[in-house]
Amino acid sequence: MRKNKKIKEKAVEGILFTSSTITSITVLLIVIFLFKEGLGLFKTSPYEANHVLAVHKDNPVKNLTAHQVKDIFDQQITNWSQLGGKNDTILLLSFGELTNYTTEAELGASFEFVPHKIDSIISANQNIIGYFPDKYFPKDFKGTILKQENVSLSSFLNGREWIPTASPAAQFGVLPLILGTLWVSLGAILLALPIGLAVSIYLAEVASMRLRNFLKPVIELLAGIPSVVYGFFGLVILVPFIRNTFNLPVGETALAGMIILAIMALPTIITISEDALRTTPVSLKEASLALGASRWQTMVRVTIPYAMSGITTASILGIGRAIGETMAVLMVTGNASVMPTTALEPVRTIPATIAAELGEAPFGGAHFKALFALGIILFLITLTFNLIVDYVKMRRKKLMS
Amino acid sequence: MKKLIYLFIAISVISTYAVKAQKVVCKIKGSDTVLPLSQKEAENYMKKNAGSSITVTGGGSGVGLSAIMSGTTDIAQASRSMKMDEKLKMQEAGKAFKEVIIAYDALAVVVHPSNKVSQLTREQLEGIFTGKITNWKEVGGADLKIIVYSRETSSGTYEFFKEHVMNKRNYASSALLMPATGAVVQSVSQTPGAIGYIGLAYIEKNVKPLKVSYDKGKTAIAPSVENARNKTYPVTRPLYYYYLVKSEKQVKPFVDYILSQEGQQTVLKEGYVPVK
Repeated sequence: MRKNKKIKEKAVEGILFTSSTITSITVLLIVIFLFKEGLGLFKTSPYEANHVLAVHKDNPVKNLTAHQVKDIFDQQITNWSQLGGKNDTILLLSFGELTNYTTEAELGASFEFVPHKIDSIISANQNIIGYFPDKYFPKDFKGTILKQENVSLSSFLNGREWIPTASPAAQFGVLPLILGTLWVSLGAILLALPIGLAVSIYLAEVASMRLRNFLKPVIELLAGIPSVVYGFFGLVILVPFIRNTFNLPVGETALAGMIILAIMALPTIITISEDALRTTPVSLKEASLALGASRWQTMVRVTIPYAMSGITTASILGIGRAIGETMAVLMVTGNASVMPTTALEPVRTIPATIAAELGEAPFGGAHFKALFALGIILFLITLTFNLIVDYVKMRRKKLMS
Repeated sequence: MKKLIYLFIAISVISTYAVKAQKVVCKIKGSDTVLPLSQKEAENYMKKNAGSSITVTGGGSGVGLSAIMSGTTDIAQASRSMKMDEKLKMQEAGKAFKEVIIAYDALAVVVHPSNKVSQLTREQLEGIFTGKITNWKEVGGADLKIIVYSRETSSGTYEFFKEHVMNKRNYASSALLMPATGAVVQSVSQTPGAIGYIGLAYIEKNVKPLKVSYDKGKTAIAPSVENARNKTYPVTRPLYYYYLVKSEKQVKPFVDYILSQEGQQTVLKEGYVPVK
């Protein structure tokens, strides 16, 4: 009988051990996968695969950044002097527009004359820049081939343009996305924390039992509403409201995202901090009251400090929800990848970007890897928050003891 | 009289045979734009021709075209014509293919109903969507900031609009990217300075479709099924089916069905523009 019990205990112990090991390994594997895919971005070219970028051999410009190439083909940069070259307008030659320079018949029935034609067009025009598949690369090419640089870390973190499908050179500047994410989350937590704390204190300390039994399930119900419903509510009700109230040209703003996220984070903050407040031992409160402290003083000096770690956890979980939330934000913030300057402008967040773009990004391509790199950034942001909480908790413990 | 009856019997026998011969088993893959249309057509066809089995999947035009090359699908549905290098790959593989236009899809440029502007040229649209024109007064409207709504970068509509209206220039980064056409309609209808583009089928009274001019303002054409059909409305794209010549026998009855009167009725009902 006793032996039996021991075996049972051992078995339970084993199950507990395996499940925790499996969980940790899974988390580790996900993180490794994320980093492997994401860091691959910096070994990838932002240009289309197997394409050549070439200029006339007398052109003094030998190096162009991906951003400059995009601006050239968008005709934002129209003169070589803007790039340190001669004062000459830039002539564009892309493969799809070869017929602007020649007839289809001259290219040959199975395009056998294309390489020769490209060579002669580039040789004939000093101010040309050509972009074409390398299988049409002329054998004795007389122009200069420009080096296609990989995506660099600084252009990734410092870039201000996120146009992942731009041709010929995709733009992966994540600064507006990082700032957008932080901006919206910060706003959300600033809105949600005071309200959430107020409600939890009210529920834990002030409200009557009957009222509490009614209010708490209602608040918990908020957590059960799917985020797409919040998003739809935001788009149809909140966005026009914000536009009219602030007299803005557009209602899809960071503020709309902040308010929606604040509402979504509220149930987490309220439930957890209320639970923490209620775990304060009655004996402590009674001692405080017995010493002549008022109810208010007891609350501020005894109950809240005692529940502080629970409240911190609540706010961190709230922030976590706000940073990672995708669907609702995708619907109400407008998703324009611009640097946020006020709360009344559209922003684009990292989760919304990943959700909206991953489905169509070619597997293994630069865009795909860039989205994983965004995932790494998101991961590092949440990791930082967790470390901050741990630090704060540790310091509190030291102070208490 | 007897002759007539014989003739009648003969015709009915032949026609039942003809119907039986139209049993089609095939796979269709490709563009998500064509997907709903193909699905509806396949559904109707299978209802009429028992024993047929047509499977339709999405994935994007490029996916469909590479699938007929590798032989994993019979028909590729595409919202763009085959690119030069795709044609070249087909040629290298020694595979002859056929291209059929099954319908047209037209994009309408829409603004808020209160907007005074009723027509724009292609050049003005390019300026607006690339961010060079930022106020409605620059194009003859009120002094109001222009809010550009676009679809997400993954959408085929995004690429089509970029290629055919914006002359392949990239969108302004201040453009608001919406996850679905429905969201574009909703946002444009509640934002006075808004402009966006949607499929013809999505036009409703809460948004105002603009006339578009591709000849610098001489003639401006309103987006409508008739104008897309007679090819006067410029922002129209053909929707294609591609299949290999060697599998023509297998897929022909279905392709013919789509091009038939009945098939084209479905095209119209689904909000696309019929070929004929």
